[in-house]
Amino acid sequence: MFAAFDNFPALLIWLPLLGGILSFTIGKEGKARMISLISSFLSLGVVVASYFLSNSNYLELNAVSYVWMPQIGAGFGFVLDGLTRLLCLLTAIAFPIVFLVTAKDQYKRSHAFFGLMLLTQTGLMGVFMATDALVFYFFWELALIPVYFLSSIWGGEKRIRATFKFFIYTFVGSLLLLIGILYVYMNTSDQSFSIVSFYNNTKLTSGEQHWLFLLFFVAFAIKMPVFPFHTWQPEAYEQAPTPVTMILSGVMVKMGLFGLIRWLLPIFPLAMKDYQQGLIIMITVGMIYASLVAIYQDNIKRLIAYSSIAHIGLMAVGILALKNVSMQGAVLQMFNHGINIIALWIAAELVERQTGITKISALGGIAQRAPKLAMFLVLSAMANIALPLTNGFVGEFMIFNGLYQYSPWITAVAGISIILSAVYTLNMIKNVFYGETVAATASFTDISRLHVWVFIGITIIIFVLGVYPTPVLNVIHQTADIILNRFN
Amino acid sequence: MNAIIISALLGVLMMYMGFVTKKTRNYTMVAVIGLLALLASIWLDYVGFPFFQIDTKGMLGFNSFGLTFDLVVVASCLIYFLLSGAEIETFGKSSSDFYALIFFILTGMFIISGMKSLLILFIGIEIVSIPLYILAGSEKSNLKSNEAALKYFLLGSFSTGLMLMGIAFIYGDSGTFYLEGINIGFGALSSMMAIGLVLILAAMSFKVSAAPFHFWTPDVYDGTPTVFTSFMATIVKSAGFFAFFKLFENAFGSFHKHWELLISFIAVLTLLIGNITAVFQQSLKRLLSYSSIAQAGFMILGVYALNIYAKQGLILYFAVYSMATIGIFAVLAKFKDHSIEAFNGFAKRHPMVSAAMLICILSLAGIPLTGGFFAKYYMLLAVIKYAKVVWLAIVAVLCAAISVYYYFRVIQAMYFKDAETYEEVEFSKGFKYMMIINAVLLILLGIHPDWLFSLVSN
Repeated sequence: MFAAFDNFPALLIWLPLLGGILSFTIGKEGKARMISLISSFLSLGVVVASYFLSNSNYLELNAVSYVWMPQIGAGFGFVLDGLTRLLCLLTAIAFPIVFLVTAKDQYKRSHAFFGLMLLTQTGLMGVFMATDALVFYFFWELALIPVYFLSSIWGGEKRIRATFKFFIYTFVGSLLLLIGILYVYMNTSDQSFSIVSFYNNTKLTSGEQHWLFLLFFVAFAIKMPVFPFHTWQPEAYEQAPTPVTMILSGVMVKMGLFGLIRWLLPIFPLAMKDYQQGLIIMITVGMIYASLVAIYQDNIKRLIAYSSIAHIGLMAVGILALKNVSMQGAVLQMFNHGINIIALWIAAELVERQTGITKISALGGIAQRAPKLAMFLVLSAMANIALPLTNGFVGEFMIFNGLYQYSPWITAVAGISIILSAVYTLNMIKNVFYGETVAATASFTDISRLHVWVFIGITIIIFVLGVYPTPVLNVIHQTADIILNRFN
Repeated sequence: MNAIIISALLGVLMMYMGFVTKKTRNYTMVAVIGLLALLASIWLDYVGFPFFQIDTKGMLGFNSFGLTFDLVVVASCLIYFLLSGAEIETFGKSSSDFYALIFFILTGMFIISGMKSLLILFIGIEIVSIPLYILAGSEKSNLKSNEAALKYFLLGSFSTGLMLMGIAFIYGDSGTFYLEGINIGFGALSSMMAIGLVLILAAMSFKVSAAPFHFWTPDVYDGTPTVFTSFMATIVKSAGFFAFFKLFENAFGSFHKHWELLISFIAVLTLLIGNITAVFQQSLKRLLSYSSIAQAGFMILGVYALNIYAKQGLILYFAVYSMATIGIFAVLAKFKDHSIEAFNGFAKRHPMVSAAMLICILSLAGIPLTGGFFAKYYMLLAVIKYAKVVWLAIVAVLCAAISVYYYFRVIQAMYFKDAETYEEVEFSKGFKYMMIINAVLLILLGIHPDWLFSLVSN
């Protein structure tokens, strides 16, 4: 009955791609906006439909493959299994939210803006769904190029420099990844880029695995980013236009974590075991560092940026701990973090748009003027610091659970970063939203009805996943099983 | 064989075009038609209908690799004529002479593509070089052009001398000029052979502007009229590499192990010098000449690896590098001011041309979805395949990352910066469409490079 349905991973590539090209060529603002909304909602519909239509076997579900370059063993392979589906869902939710929130904003040359946004979505979907290493690499780069242009054209004052730094960083990472991919490809028994061949290659010696692991890891670590590869991130987040920042921090950084799960651990299990401890310690130290830096930030955007480094670090540790429960928690948290941080960015954007200020010490008392905004912000901040009943709690609890099985000491240190995250988040809320109003916030008006609806949607996701995460866990538990099986 | 004779005849025809018509537009038209005929004749040769059967005592022979190279050269040249023909015409009544010279250069390239003997290599390279000296000095009233011509001539003759000396040494040792004979007759590496090899390596490095023999390149490229720099930096350089590859594959392939270290040294040096020096350039023309050194560094990786991936990859590299560079040079040639700042705000004034130029730049930088990505990809693949040398590949990609820095400065100028005063540049409709076609071809090669490969391996 659903024979045709099997092809629909490709639909998630085509929809935003065609939408993007269309809005580029159409050149009119209103229509481009409409096209981007429609295409992003259609993608969301496709992903949601996929949830109801089958189970989620790892790398099996809805796999499609097109012939591309058979001589060199590359094919256009896509899959929508459990892990992928969750991340595609995140992508598919993030884009409509971003388009809705910025529906009233004016951009110069807006058709190009929306076109590039949709091309970014294409790239992201491709990265998550690719089952062919060359296709994965293609989309990995393709997701980057439109973001480079978006940030450099529509970003803040120091945009060109900041974005360029970001680009060079990630480009170096991806080129190293390319060498790694080529080397593994040379050593597959059937000379193929397909992920199955990559998983089952037997020709790599332990020594080769070790340095290949590093090549792959650097690429993913830059993208996440984890300490010490993070220095591009605060500047890039600060200078990029807010819609792009939302995508960057909500969805794009998940590319790195996703890469760890699908393209790193299962391919180099021997090396993984040897590096495990060192990497976990490095990332944990980075989490504490990022949290401490966040406490001293006086800029909302930079604060959220550093908090993101800490949270991403926790997810990376959860994955690297190689425990079933923490890996599931990390995947769940990848989704949750995406939703929560987008909510925080929306609030930051609304504050900045009205007051023109991102300095925390120059703001205050917004809650008196905008109670609705304050309420939603507090909710999403609670989710971000993982209060029980919110989605963040479930994910982080699972991560800590698995991490404890790995090492109680690491868990204790990582726990400190959660406490620190409460410190800086609540501090920011206190200074920006409560206390006396200042001149800049005296005439602050509350959020529009559209924004209320967006926030209600986000709130529903926060609480539903906080209370009843089982449906999502059902989708991802098998991924964790299969990947961890490779280590036994 | 078709190509050699027909292009030589076309050269003669173009020489006398001045008697037939005075309208410079017609020269370009005849040249383009001639190229199309040339393309068809090479294709016929490729599918097995050679017009001419000439006994060359086995000194010339054409295989699918050489003929594919010929096709790529003629196709690039076609794009070059269509994009830059208007600039060649500005040389006035004598502009048909320049077309004639270019056809003679093409003849030399076809000879190189069929070479089976060191003598033919020498003849081919000379036929390519001598018209080039004239092209470099074609702007007689400009001192820089004169300087470029003289510099190029002196250094070029010197390197040709080195090559002749090398050929003499090799002949002395092996007793034959035939590439295969040298390859087969090779036992242990004698000192005479080693000296000959090093001399030829130096001469070839000079021709393709590989470090440490690259010093002439920036000055010559800068001084030569932009429209001819475009030709020198792309098609001629490809021919140099083809000769380099073919010579080392066919004549010295059997003692690959003896020279691989030397050539990897040249590759690393070329990559580093080309890329790092390009970072500091303020003029786009000079930037492109250093970028051509940097790209040469990548192509040398193909000569280093000497396997099937290198073969296919080099053909692709010639095509995409020539197309991209010709595209950028064609736009640059319309400007009087060659600094990067001249392009500030270019995208707002000419969205179509700058979009096409953007794709050319992305292709040079090796971004996926453009042909440049697969060109670099194949060079890396060849190197990794050959004895699993990963350190060389890592040096290469780090240099590619540096190259992004300077290529993207042009993009930043075009798209992200605004200009208060700018030079007004006119683009004809045909030029715009040709730029777009060129860009589309680059993207097609970035999605399906295998179309080109199937030609090589037939």
